[in-house]
Amino acid sequence: MAIFELIYQFMNNFSFLILSAVGLAIIFGMMGIINLAHGEFIMLGAYITTLATASGVPLPLAILLAAAGVGVFGLIVDRLIINRLYGRTLDSVVVTWGISMILSQGILIIFGPSLEGSSTPLGSISIAGATYSTYRILLFFIAIVMLGIIYWLFMHTKFGLYSRATMQKHDIANTMGINTNKMYSLTFMLGAALAGLTGGLYAPTMAVSPTFGSAFLMPSFVTVIVGGANPLIGTSLSGGVLGVVNSILDILWGTFYGRLGLLVVAIIVIRLLPLGFSGLVEKKLMRGRGI
Amino acid sequence: MRNLKMKLNTENVIGIGLFLFLFIYPLFVTPYQILNLSYFISMVFLTLSLSLIWGYGGIFSFGQAAFFGVGGYFYAIFTMNSGISTITPIGLLLGVLVGGLVAGIIGYFMFYGGINDVFVGLITLCITVSLETFMAQTAGSQWKIGTVGLGGYNGINGIPTISLGSFALADVNFYYFILIVLLVVYIGLRLFVVSRFGYTAIAIRENRERTKLLGYNVPRFQTLIFALGGALASLSGILYATWGGYMTPSAAGLTAATLPVVLAAAGGRKNLTAAMIFTFIYYWFSQTLSASGNEYALVILGAALILVILFVPEGIIVSLFKLGDNLFFNRKKATQVKAEGEFT
Repeated sequence: MAIFELIYQFMNNFSFLILSAVGLAIIFGMMGIINLAHGEFIMLGAYITTLATASGVPLPLAILLAAAGVGVFGLIVDRLIINRLYGRTLDSVVVTWGISMILSQGILIIFGPSLEGSSTPLGSISIAGATYSTYRILLFFIAIVMLGIIYWLFMHTKFGLYSRATMQKHDIANTMGINTNKMYSLTFMLGAALAGLTGGLYAPTMAVSPTFGSAFLMPSFVTVIVGGANPLIGTSLSGGVLGVVNSILDILWGTFYGRLGLLVVAIIVIRLLPLGFSGLVEKKLMRGRGI
Repeated sequence: MRNLKMKLNTENVIGIGLFLFLFIYPLFVTPYQILNLSYFISMVFLTLSLSLIWGYGGIFSFGQAAFFGVGGYFYAIFTMNSGISTITPIGLLLGVLVGGLVAGIIGYFMFYGGINDVFVGLITLCITVSLETFMAQTAGSQWKIGTVGLGGYNGINGIPTISLGSFALADVNFYYFILIVLLVVYIGLRLFVVSRFGYTAIAIRENRERTKLLGYNVPRFQTLIFALGGALASLSGILYATWGGYMTPSAAGLTAATLPVVLAAAGGRKNLTAAMIFTFIYYWFSQTLSASGNEYALVILGAALILVILFVPEGIIVSLFKLGDNLFFNRKKATQVKAEGEFT
């Protein structure tokens, strides 16, 4: 049945886009920093997971270990380097590019050109004659749960309140007694941890090498561009729309046109809605409240 | 035209010194080193194009690599289809025009559509990536323009060098040709940025709204300067294609797109001479390191970039220029400042 195939393809693409973009979106939306080292953070997570499973740690634990490890690494990078660049978007591009160079070449020096990966766990299920990987279906639900957790984190905790205040107007938030620098550091750490989580989740499905992250870079940037500055609404909406476009094109004409379709959609969206989907939603919301 | 009188300062002295050095350089070294330097020079145009539109026009672009690719591919397809060597200079000129035209069209849609700042960077990033993705899948025999196959990831090979009449520009001749082109472009750009147009571009960079209120058609100036940058990047791509005889999608891809940004930022984007000198230093350094088989080359370069942005944010070469100015050409002011206790 083509419909199952389409649904599976959509679930697969949606989770890939969401998981690869969410860390980047949080850092860009909250801090205005374009993290070109995002792909390398994901790669680092994949390495931690693969190495941990190879030494006998069960996979779920290894994936959480990757998130924690890359989160701590992100905090160190932030304290050492990024915290001098708050508000300097373009300089952050150059610096994070430098970081990504160091990371990918450093990993190449330490671990060599590739790592022996593990096979995709959980086997497959068959529906209407075609087989589908259970693990990839699970990833879809993990992506949904993760969006839920992020929603809870930003809307129902003190950290969320402070960080949204910092995002809206950092100087006023500062005068109200919020330590904005600390909020930025925590945000960067959160973004890095999510990148590590993504790397850990995809480590069993792909070949783990120093260029692991480059597969994620383009889709993540496109998702963030189309989504706009709001990491939650923007990312989930653009993940959904791009997932649909990508899946239909994938099935009709193949993977290459799926990727090209992403870029075309991105260019059209940014021309019509320069602030992405989150700009559109916020405008509607404001109008609804009569502001 | 104002400010045409050349000032005696570190930048100009170093600039003149650099060109003199480059002109006598082939007398002392092996043909291999000349070939290398030709490659460095062809990449300098790319950095200059970004320095022009970003440093002077305030337009942040990841698209220079795409225009680089447009130029290189156009030249390859045009000259290889005709098969006549005398047509190559026409291919060069047309390629530059095509690069400028493509940039102009993209710029028209962006700037007249009110897109600015970081979003220009993101759109041009998309364009670069889509061009690279598209070219990389053109391996099949159905991807042909005229008689030239696009070659997919391996790109096009056997691109002819530029010939003037029956005189093919190779090795040292090519080096001098490309050096003279660089000199002309460099002087042209230095004059351009102190012209009325150049000042308008700087005004737009500093404050778009105010420039608009003063009665300037901001999108038109932005489109024009973006087209000029595209033409320069295209020139760079053509020279690169003729230098090695090949053109690949990765030369116009994502990594290639970030490199000029990094070079212009680290050298000093608001200064053409600084961007040019830093490009030379970078390519020389990376080639020396990788030629000696040093696997830490990229690590060192990455660390250097981070340190430069953290400690000398306006660019390392620009800071050196300022230091030189204070030391040699502005002695009075430097001592005065020191005496007033404002020396920082």
